[in-house]
Amino acid sequence: MVEHGDIRVVHRGGSKINSREPVVTNDSRFLLCASGERVKVFSTSTEECVHDLRGHTDLVTGVLLRPTNHLQVYSCSVDGTVRLWDFTDGILIKTYDIGYPVYAIYASANHEGVFFIVTPTQSDNRSELFQLVAVHLPQSGDQLVEAQELSAVLSNVSSNPAATGFGRGGEYIASAKGLHLEVYFFKKQKSYRFSLKEDNKKGGKNTLMCIACHPKDDCIATGHEDGKIRLWRNFNHKKEYTYTTLHWHHNAVSSLRFTPEGTNLLSGGLESVLVQWRYNQESERDFLPRLGSAITHIAVSPDGTLFCTSHSDNKITIIQSCVKVSAVIQGLVNGESVRTDLMVDPRSKSLVLNGKPGHLQFYSLQRDKLLYNLDIVQQEYIHELGLQQFEVVKVAFDAPGNWMATVEERKPKAAEPEINLKLWAFDEQTQSFVLNTTVSAPHEAQITSMCFSQAADGQTSMLVSASEDGHFKAWQLPRSACTEGPSWSCDFVGDYRGLAPQCCCFSADGSLLAVSFQEVVTVWSPASWELLTTLSQPPKAIRDLCFGRLGCSKYLMGTTASNLLCCWNLLTCSLEWSTSMDVSLLLSDPLTENMAAFCCQAESTDLFVFKPSEPRPVASLKAVCSGKVTRAVFAPREEMLESCEESSQWLNRSQLYFLTQHMDLMTFTTKAEEDRLAASSKQLFIDDSVAMTPFYLLLGKHRKQENQDSLTRLSAELMPLPRGSLAIKELLQSPAHVLPSTSVLCSMFVESLLVSVADGSEESKHAEEEMESEKEEEDSEGEMESRTPRPEPASPGLQSAESAAPALTKAQLKELRRVKKLDHGWLADLLLS
Amino acid sequence: MGEFKVHRVRFFDYMPAAIRAMAFNRRTERLALARADGALEIFNFADNYFQEKVIPGQDGRAVEALCWVGRRLFSAGLNGEITEYDLENLRPRYTVEAYGGPIWTISAVAYSLSGCVPCQVGCEDGTVKMFEVLEDRIQFQRNLDRQKGRIISLCWHPSASLIAAGMMDMIRIFDVETGKGVGASKSKEVVVWSIAFLSDHTIISGDSAGKVQIWDGLTGTLARTHLVTKWDVLALSDESSLVAGTSEGTVVQFQFLSSTLDGQNKDWVRTRTFKNHSHDVRALVHTETAVVSGGMDTQLVVRPLLDKVEKNTQESAMRKMAFPHRSLVCCAKKAGLLLFQFPDHLELWRLGESDGHGNPGDSLPVKRKPEKLIQLKRKGEDHICCSALSPCGGWLAYSTVTSFRLYRLQNNTISITKVSKLPKDLRSAHQLCFSTDSSRLFASSINSSVVVVALNQPECKYLHTLKPKSGEQQPTTASVSLSVRLQLHCTVPVYGSCPTAIAIHPTSSNLVVVHADQQIFEYSLVQKEYTEWSRRLQKQGLHSLWLERDTPITHVTFNPKHPAHIILHDMFMFCVIDQSLPLPEAKTRLFNQMILRSLPEPMRILHRHAFKMCKTFQNLMCVRLLEDHSLVVVERPLLDIMSQLPAPVRQKRFAT
Repeated sequence: MVEHGDIRVVHRGGSKINSREPVVTNDSRFLLCASGERVKVFSTSTEECVHDLRGHTDLVTGVLLRPTNHLQVYSCSVDGTVRLWDFTDGILIKTYDIGYPVYAIYASANHEGVFFIVTPTQSDNRSELFQLVAVHLPQSGDQLVEAQELSAVLSNVSSNPAATGFGRGGEYIASAKGLHLEVYFFKKQKSYRFSLKEDNKKGGKNTLMCIACHPKDDCIATGHEDGKIRLWRNFNHKKEYTYTTLHWHHNAVSSLRFTPEGTNLLSGGLESVLVQWRYNQESERDFLPRLGSAITHIAVSPDGTLFCTSHSDNKITIIQSCVKVSAVIQGLVNGESVRTDLMVDPRSKSLVLNGKPGHLQFYSLQRDKLLYNLDIVQQEYIHELGLQQFEVVKVAFDAPGNWMATVEERKPKAAEPEINLKLWAFDEQTQSFVLNTTVSAPHEAQITSMCFSQAADGQTSMLVSASEDGHFKAWQLPRSACTEGPSWSCDFVGDYRGLAPQCCCFSADGSLLAVSFQEVVTVWSPASWELLTTLSQPPKAIRDLCFGRLGCSKYLMGTTASNLLCCWNLLTCSLEWSTSMDVSLLLSDPLTENMAAFCCQAESTDLFVFKPSEPRPVASLKAVCSGKVTRAVFAPREEMLESCEESSQWLNRSQLYFLTQHMDLMTFTTKAEEDRLAASSKQLFIDDSVAMTPFYLLLGKHRKQENQDSLTRLSAELMPLPRGSLAIKELLQSPAHVLPSTSVLCSMFVESLLVSVADGSEESKHAEEEMESEKEEEDSEGEMESRTPRPEPASPGLQSAESAAPALTKAQLKELRRVKKLDHGWLADLLLS
Repeated sequence: MGEFKVHRVRFFDYMPAAIRAMAFNRRTERLALARADGALEIFNFADNYFQEKVIPGQDGRAVEALCWVGRRLFSAGLNGEITEYDLENLRPRYTVEAYGGPIWTISAVAYSLSGCVPCQVGCEDGTVKMFEVLEDRIQFQRNLDRQKGRIISLCWHPSASLIAAGMMDMIRIFDVETGKGVGASKSKEVVVWSIAFLSDHTIISGDSAGKVQIWDGLTGTLARTHLVTKWDVLALSDESSLVAGTSEGTVVQFQFLSSTLDGQNKDWVRTRTFKNHSHDVRALVHTETAVVSGGMDTQLVVRPLLDKVEKNTQESAMRKMAFPHRSLVCCAKKAGLLLFQFPDHLELWRLGESDGHGNPGDSLPVKRKPEKLIQLKRKGEDHICCSALSPCGGWLAYSTVTSFRLYRLQNNTISITKVSKLPKDLRSAHQLCFSTDSSRLFASSINSSVVVVALNQPECKYLHTLKPKSGEQQPTTASVSLSVRLQLHCTVPVYGSCPTAIAIHPTSSNLVVVHADQQIFEYSLVQKEYTEWSRRLQKQGLHSLWLERDTPITHVTFNPKHPAHIILHDMFMFCVIDQSLPLPEAKTRLFNQMILRSLPEPMRILHRHAFKMCKTFQNLMCVRLLEDHSLVVVERPLLDIMSQLPAPVRQKRFAT
């Protein structure tokens, strides 16, 4: 990760949860999986994320239940640490500093005080050679422990964690790399190595992909590139080893797992079918087909009741004993390419992009959760190599989010492309988009650009689509209220000298439409469809076009293929300024005047943020990531950040997300924001560490009420929560067996809801008092909307400290009133019961 | 190596018969193999898997099972007879009727303390009959309890006191002493095709439902079922590992393995699957180091088990034996005629002619197409065992086990007359050979004697009988030429491996012998010692690639224009050995013809060596040099054989 002062590029949301094998806890209640720099704890029954174990500073590469304590979990990371967590409470217990990047972690109950990791052979990260190393855990009470006692077990192993595994009772460890299988016996300290031929005659590929060891018998199962599974036996002999071959998969076997009793072998691959083989009865097998996409990992719960499969579309499926899918945890689908740009749905503020084939996914960035998939193509998806499918290539939303336009395209070989334009209306009742109009073949050639008019009135929406056939078309909803409901139709077809339009863009108020025809930018008036002016900057074609926002709406920005960034003043119809830079992507922040330009220079991308009014960047970040950035979006923040530093002010109102070459969703974070997150997690930890006994519920509150003076700042910060949320939180988060009876809770719950109304009325009574600090109140209201408790930044600037002080006292007063009322309610109840 | 005009002959429709049964003699390392047409073949596994003996078949003899008793070989078939074979004279010795309808199986105790060895047959009518093997015959002893339904398979317990019989739907265990059934295991409607009885009283059965089932022989309970195929499991063979052949052409290996590395808890686990056949695997043998399988697709496959042999050696290579290790084609060098030998007829063809001249490698236009002159059907029910055509094309001879026939062919016209008066001594022959001037016929006859007959215009006259000294083996391959020697000239030193081809040089009188282990010897008949070249060859050793070839040399001949050239061929290549050139070193490339062609003239001389090999022609049945210095190459592509086989079991193949 690159640091630029206090701005950092991080994985936030949408990270892969299928990169490593998930882990199911002993009681099958939780599922742990590595997700970017964190370990996420999901509930297996509700699919909700219970905890988010934060602490690693780089990608987490492995999660492993501690064999000696089933309530603790190890996680390893490329940052060179192995951390031990208590996942029920989400507490970091210990950090082992290894010093080298760790790519996988293994442990066995029979090797106490030792765990095994895979690290690069050389200390630098780029080395292709990996070794399996045993780490002896130092006995130390400290939280941060440096593990120095390393001893190499196997050299030249695969970095793929699925390629290594412990055998029966931890007596041996088996590792596969390329065409070799190596088994190391700990007792004899001897390793046996078996090799396969590179290619068998029938063209199959023998490369070993994954490995699984039988828990009770000495049998190693290996999955191969040609879809075969081999069961190795007698592998403590150099020559008399033998293997059985099973073959069902037609493509590489990506994961193998034995059930805990060893009665079944599970395998999965590209076919997205979970195959269950009976051990020693391999001709009998069960299938669980149609799991959606290729299986990448399989995990089995220690009691054998749950199977979990990770899928290539960033999904974890929880399966109950190979019969039915009981839950699906879906992350952001990272397809091979995002044909649609990154979009933000104005209503749900969710990120919209290609998801499953033929679908659009709506992904909530704040909650890091997939909201829903919208089937755009509405056709059965058939997986076949080389088969041309309909793909969603363009999406556009109008400003209020009432309408969505999609373009899908299929390009059969040696035939005209099939294009459909679909318009979707937002249905308030179902809270999703409903197909309104389908226009088949809206253009004769590929649609290059599409945008809605950003008109503020929200009455009339206009959609403009530009195509390679040399026309741009304006689509409008007729005003006449037909009985069958409104349907979109073509309003205007424009062209310019027979050139093919590349980009189109509406100005912020919807009064101007700019369409670029190669090196010429034409500006049209959508009201009269009159060509107002042309701007041009030869010699190369325009690549990107963007109007300025707010105060800079008179400017039109454009980038050309000849590495020029131009700014035209639309009042004077002249070039205001231009600068030479290779801009791969230009986009404007809809909430501020800022514009962002990603420049590709020497295999890495730089980011410049600037205002169109002045050719000086507000902020610039060098080497944001390697490769070219072609997709990015400004997503509005839920609440504003208050950063004083000039370089990070542009991130105050919206957040910039971008996709790297490797389809990782990255964003920029400021130091202030990170500190706040860290503080909130710390607070969460304190909150949870106190046992939620009914006694605590009673006395904890009393203490707060009585010791008003000693109300710490911490608790004060707790107060300005959304009304009643504390009670709800208590209700939801404390374990069921420690909760008082439901009758008690019920009244408490209702009371908590009532309070908010009372509060409101109280507030209205005291409206006059609060007039003066109305502005501040608004700000704090904004804070209150947030769901998670957020403390003030630990190192706040002067400004924020001042504003916080009066708000605090106010909140205290309010909370006090509320607590008084609340307490009376359930004290009385308790006494009665 | 010289340029030849090549007759590429592909009209020999040789079709081997399907393999029906096999039996392996561990002591002598001989494999007996029975084909569907009743022919028996003996392979010597100790001597490079050489096909030592062939006993021609007979109409109506269908061998269903084979078994060795010591060095004696017995067969039983669906004609209800038990036959013992005379392996010296390559003919059935005697036949005993079992009086129980068709016989499905025959089984003998592997060893016996007493002199008489019991031998059992399973019959159609449900009886297991016991025979006693006596010194010169077998004698019916008694019947075991008669069962309903036919007995398909039998297996002795190693203690020789119990015998397991596989029947329709049932496995029955008999006590040999009392003849009573002691136990039975019943399964659903299946045919138990094959059965194995292990010393720990485990019975393993292969049945028509595609299952290999493991039974406890003491309690008669089913221990484990392996579903191997959707079709029949046809053959089983046991050791510490066990193989099962299926009708889809696969051979599945089971091994008796312990589930943990140190544990005692052993179990039969299905391990490897071999797919070397396209059709049913009808016969299987598990030797110490290899799985030998044969079936409907007529090929004998020897698949070494890699855990029993050294890897990457000659021993670990898989062998497929498709062609007989002897020549079925005879060529009249002067007349340009080819004689093809089939089990029930002979075909005489005249080669085509071409007058075109072309570049090396071109195919010339054919002026006269090859034509089939005569198709001669044999008389009697015995199959033809050997045939010969005189070099001038005037005489044709063939022999079956019981009769010998000689025909006179009219010169270049299609007329044939049988020579009626034949000498008495010439009753049958294993090998036939004409002298180069077509005036003598040599026939190797019973009791290892060679009969020499003088051929004169109207009749033939008996001349001599050459009798070897006692104790000598009967000649397996003979190719005598040139001159008649009235007395035993000399004895060639004995070599451990069987000779596969011999020839005497027409001018220098050197005898060239090629053995089954690919060694080549040249023996001077004049000096009665190995020649200088042969000694040099033995001293330096043959090239490793030459020794690794897996088919024997089936014919040796000489080039009259270049006396130093020896022409040899096996199934995959033919080779011209130039005795005037240096022998190849161990490091030089043996197959260097392509490289030589690309090199300039002076460099070529440096890289030349004595072995000039040509692999242009594949699946060779015969390579002969004609009088006019053109080469006849008879090919029989394996694909043609495959296409004539009946359709295999239809299998759903993925993505079809």
